[in-house]
Amino acid sequence: MFDLSGKTALVTGATGGIGGAIAKALHAQGATVSLSGTRKEALEALAAELGERAHVLPCNLGVAEEVEKLVPDAEAAMGQVDILVNNAGITRDNIFMRLTDEAWDQVIAVNLTSAFRLSRAAVRSMMRRRAGRIISITSIVGVTGNAGQGNYAAAKAAMIGMSKSLAQEVASRGVTVNCVAPGFIATPMTDALNEKQRESILKAVPAARLGSPADIANACVYLASDEAGYVTGQTLHVNGGMAMI
Amino acid sequence: MSEIADQVKKIVAEHLGVEPAKVTENASFIDDLGADSLDTVELVMAFEEAFNTEIPDDAAETILTVGDAIKFLEKNAA
Repeated sequence: MFDLSGKTALVTGATGGIGGAIAKALHAQGATVSLSGTRKEALEALAAELGERAHVLPCNLGVAEEVEKLVPDAEAAMGQVDILVNNAGITRDNIFMRLTDEAWDQVIAVNLTSAFRLSRAAVRSMMRRRAGRIISITSIVGVTGNAGQGNYAAAKAAMIGMSKSLAQEVASRGVTVNCVAPGFIATPMTDALNEKQRESILKAVPAARLGSPADIANACVYLASDEAGYVTGQTLHVNGGMAMI
Repeated sequence: MSEIADQVKKIVAEHLGVEPAKVTENASFIDDLGADSLDTVELVMAFEEAFNTEIPDDAAETILTVGDAIKFLEKNAA
């Protein structure tokens, strides 16, 4: 089950906690992976850890020209892109009244516009091959909203609408387009929370623990696999029951 | 009939799964041959591959009939 031998995957934000776990999981199932991110050294360290079948493709997703180059670069490195994982994301949190245009634009550019451009670039050859997987990492807050994250929640919600639309266009060509929506996942971002914040969060999680990056990666492996061929336009919520949608 | 025209008609018939006889120069991909908008994108990609040329999006949007495709490729294909 869920064998990805011979498949190729491009993962953005591969230096992050969740992105790294996704790359490792796809690689462990046999896929060749292209690791993209802004920190070259961290990407190279991850590639070295994975050994064979790992390529490093540094890219700043906030810069349009770099985004346009990423899929062609990945196709050059691996021959083709069978699986695209739009994972990269940034936060520029602030209460709505203090949210600057800049914080809005940055978050929309990196979290949403880059996913649009990368998906547009990758879907072309997927359609031609009558096979492909596009998986975008959205967030529970894209569905529930979150105080202080108006920009981030907007980008994540938009990702879901975008994925559903593309899914409808290309379903008949064997290409599936889905989202994975993490809840609270233990990453350097959540490490910054204090004990009290952590406690109040856990009260809202029926599973009574934070999720791990591997929980998200496992969901991606499933959606990337041949076994998930009839699943498209969906958002798979991985949140310990925190929101049941 | 030119070699390009022959090849275009063959690609269209194969791709859309229609009778070759229906693939006339006046035939519209969408109105006469049952293509959807995604089929037209795929046809353009198939032409690009077969004729080793690039068809920019703004040109692709003007290719609505079999004849349009033949005309474009006769003018632009190497």
